[in-house]
Amino acid sequence: MMAIPLCGALAMLVPASRFLRTDFAVRAFGTAVSAATLLVAISAMTAFDFGDTSRMQLEVDHAWAPAIGLRFHLGVDGISLPLVVLTALLTFLCFLYTLRHPPAGGMIRLLTALLFVLEIGMLGTFVALDLVLFFVFFETVLIPMYVVIMLWGGAGRRAAAFKFILYTLLGSGLLLAGMLLVGAEAGTLDMTDLAARHGSGLSHGIQITAFALMGIGFAVKAPMWPLHTWLPDAHTEAPTVGSVLLAGVLLKMGTYGLVRVALPLAPDGAQFWAPWLGLLAVIGIIYGALACLAQSDLKRMIAYSSVGHMGFVLLGIATLTPVGINAALFGNIAHGLITSLLFFLAGSVKERWGTGDMNAIGGGMLSTSPRLASILTFASVASLGLPGLAGFWGEVLALVGAYRPHADLPRETFVTFMAVAALGAVLTAAYFLRMLAKLTHGPVDGVARPTGAAVSMQEYAAWVPLIALTLLVGLWPKTLLDVTTGPVRALLGGG
Amino acid sequence: MIQDIDYAALAPPLILAVAAIGLLLADAFDAPRRVLSLVSGGSLAVALIAVIVLAGGDRRATLCLPDGLRHGGPRSCSYVADDFTLLFQGIVLGAAVIVVLLSQREITDSKMPVGEYHFLLLAAVIGALALVAARDLVLLIVALETLSLPVFALSALRRYDGTASEAALKLFLVSVVSTAIMLFGISLVYGATGAMHLDRIAPALASLDSDLDPVAAVGSVLVLAGFAFKVAAVPFHFWAPDVYQGSPLPVAAFLSVVSKAAGFAGLAIVLALGLPAYGHVWGPVIAVLAALTMTLGNLAALRQRTAIRLLAWSSVAQSGYMLAPLAVGSHRLPEAVAATTAYVALYAVMNIGAFAVVIGFHRHGRWDTLDDYRGLARRSPAVATALAFFLICLAGLPPGVMGLFAKVVVFRATVAGGVTWLAVVMAINTVIGLYYYLAWAVRLFTPSTDESYDAAPGVGARAAIAAAAAGAVVLSIAPQIVLQTVVQAT
Repeated sequence: MMAIPLCGALAMLVPASRFLRTDFAVRAFGTAVSAATLLVAISAMTAFDFGDTSRMQLEVDHAWAPAIGLRFHLGVDGISLPLVVLTALLTFLCFLYTLRHPPAGGMIRLLTALLFVLEIGMLGTFVALDLVLFFVFFETVLIPMYVVIMLWGGAGRRAAAFKFILYTLLGSGLLLAGMLLVGAEAGTLDMTDLAARHGSGLSHGIQITAFALMGIGFAVKAPMWPLHTWLPDAHTEAPTVGSVLLAGVLLKMGTYGLVRVALPLAPDGAQFWAPWLGLLAVIGIIYGALACLAQSDLKRMIAYSSVGHMGFVLLGIATLTPVGINAALFGNIAHGLITSLLFFLAGSVKERWGTGDMNAIGGGMLSTSPRLASILTFASVASLGLPGLAGFWGEVLALVGAYRPHADLPRETFVTFMAVAALGAVLTAAYFLRMLAKLTHGPVDGVARPTGAAVSMQEYAAWVPLIALTLLVGLWPKTLLDVTTGPVRALLGGG
Repeated sequence: MIQDIDYAALAPPLILAVAAIGLLLADAFDAPRRVLSLVSGGSLAVALIAVIVLAGGDRRATLCLPDGLRHGGPRSCSYVADDFTLLFQGIVLGAAVIVVLLSQREITDSKMPVGEYHFLLLAAVIGALALVAARDLVLLIVALETLSLPVFALSALRRYDGTASEAALKLFLVSVVSTAIMLFGISLVYGATGAMHLDRIAPALASLDSDLDPVAAVGSVLVLAGFAFKVAAVPFHFWAPDVYQGSPLPVAAFLSVVSKAAGFAGLAIVLALGLPAYGHVWGPVIAVLAALTMTLGNLAALRQRTAIRLLAWSSVAQSGYMLAPLAVGSHRLPEAVAATTAYVALYAVMNIGAFAVVIGFHRHGRWDTLDDYRGLARRSPAVATALAFFLICLAGLPPGVMGLFAKVVVFRATVAGGVTWLAVVMAINTVIGLYYYLAWAVRLFTPSTDESYDAAPGVGARAAIAAAAAGAVVLSIAPQIVLQTVVQAT
């Protein structure tokens, strides 16, 4: 059932270069197809049995290459379902945004095609239940994203695009080695089988090696300090839709992979590495926050803030408790919603002012373009974790998880992590407030002058769903937590 | 002593041998060059059909030991046409057909004697066919030399060109050294076991006296040398760039695909059938060689500015990936051989495709730098897309699913055999490889700086590009075709 959007997008890909004469028609077509995909994702959500979230549902299972034990096995459970819907939603919103605001550089046909391939890869990653298939989808996103940055990016796009693809490919290579190590030792590549075993049949040493390899692979994608350096460049240079998908979905593939693949396949290894993962996560939080304070470019700042937020997610995973992992999954979605919104806004600001440099933009946005400024304020406040908005729960639950880590983990270490991470949360508030103070308040003193300040229909259309979901998830976190709790418990073995 | 010879099993090389002699005679009687090319390509196609027909039948073996000399041992056939052999013969012949297609214009442009060219090419292919079917060390070395000798002459066929002669000389010297080492190794193995047939060597090595152990160990490592030369593995790799650059480009394509495939087949045969008992000796040696080969090849490729040298070094690096599964030693060896075979088969398609484009756009008398490929996408979008696709396949990323699966199988075999460190080295190397493949692919789509030349590829080159691209697309959609075949064949 999940194959429908994939096939749909694939099938639409070919005629996209055949008919539809004008660019606008192509963009409208893209919007329509992604809307259809979103509908299928939502219908999958309605078909999903929420009473039994830990079971794999809507499965597709075909033998693909029996010679190497490869199966075409797809399915969703409570962990992947929210991410699938998020992906479909964000892609749709991106197309909607492009409808009115195509990135400079033309070649809309190619962009549409690439975004479709990207969507296939992202959806595929979240629903794949075979290790090799997972890897294939995981890799599928690389080339389209690379081309998107390369062709529609900013001034430093060449270097940024190369950095992006080389880093992530290094991660994928190690990931492949790790996954195949598990697969070869356990004799199967099926993720549900492997997860059900909870690592039995794998020796301690193998698990430690495998988790290290897979962990590095996912950590590059997530990104975890010190493997994050590709991210600010890629985000800054990418066009708006690129940054939105990069931040909203691609980063989630790393953390999703950790939860879905690395943890259940090599639990002993996870326990061995968890303190280190936690340490790096905390460094990432602090480092991200400090780096943000030093940025003057809006997009770059948001990119570094992603490093910090993903630090919270990784910290949640490192606790190896249901609370922590729930927090991580929650943080994933929340970050996907909020940061996508922020990148949309940053794109709009850049489009109007012609620059992303906060000093050049200057203050007084509330008086020159009040609506844009209000939404920017909302997104920033959500991102810094104001209670009642989505960003809050992910961070707080991660901290709670760190206060009570898994029984076999050194508690003192994690409590220290928690304290430091809490400090990081304060710093996060500091840099977002600094950004707001600089941009929205104060006198209009910027060098650059805005053009066409009114917020367009398409922008509203792209932003309102994100705002609404941020509120929804922030006010009723149970909606999301209920979905993920079951499978997380199953993942950690009983409980 | 009369031997029964199964001519059906020998059909593919025999067809080519007849055709080769026919070509030489026809050339002496001034047959038009079109006819000669047609006969050459046609005979390869007929041989390919013969292979396909044979693949439908049972395993055939011929040139066996007569009953009187067998002493109760195994049948010991020198020439075996089993699924493994036929698979490789298919790869060799398919690639050779494409090489002939690519050769047409080069022969005219470089004023090479057409009859000799095709004769030598067919002779080398005969060597390759015999090599993959050989099951005793004597036939192996004879086949290896049959494959090598014509290639020396082929690469020197542009007699007026200094670089061609240098290339041929270099090739010759490296080849002679490696063959000498290999012969020494064979003599040691023979001395230790008293056998030349692989199916006799294997049991003899398994139950060897302990005082002969060092002899056999050294012998088994030295035997690898000849194949290491053929596949351009470290330390016998440094001929590759100069020879690829100096010799006619179709010959370079031949070396990098046909000759390499045959080399890997020979290596797999010797290791899996003859020397499994010494896996603990040659396994680590191959592991180190593979790591060195891929790293060196990739690092050198990074620095290349001309297309052909880049392909040369990258094909050295690719040899490293193909060697990697064999590093497992005797542990899970069949799986490893299957992985290497699959990689060779997939690599043959992608690499011959890349070569086809490079040859199609080659301007006579100068080396195409990578920058010359700028803006190709505007001038001929189809060819540029094909080249980009081949490069992405070689890098092993989707949408080049074929290359990705090739990587997955070698990673899998390596990791399954317990050589995880090599897999990590391979992961890092994939990244380096990606950099230069991608840098090249990107140039295709960037606007060109100078006024462009319009070197439209000839009909032969176009057909070759189309064939390789079709193969690459089909295998990307259904990689299991190769993977299944390989597992059944090994």
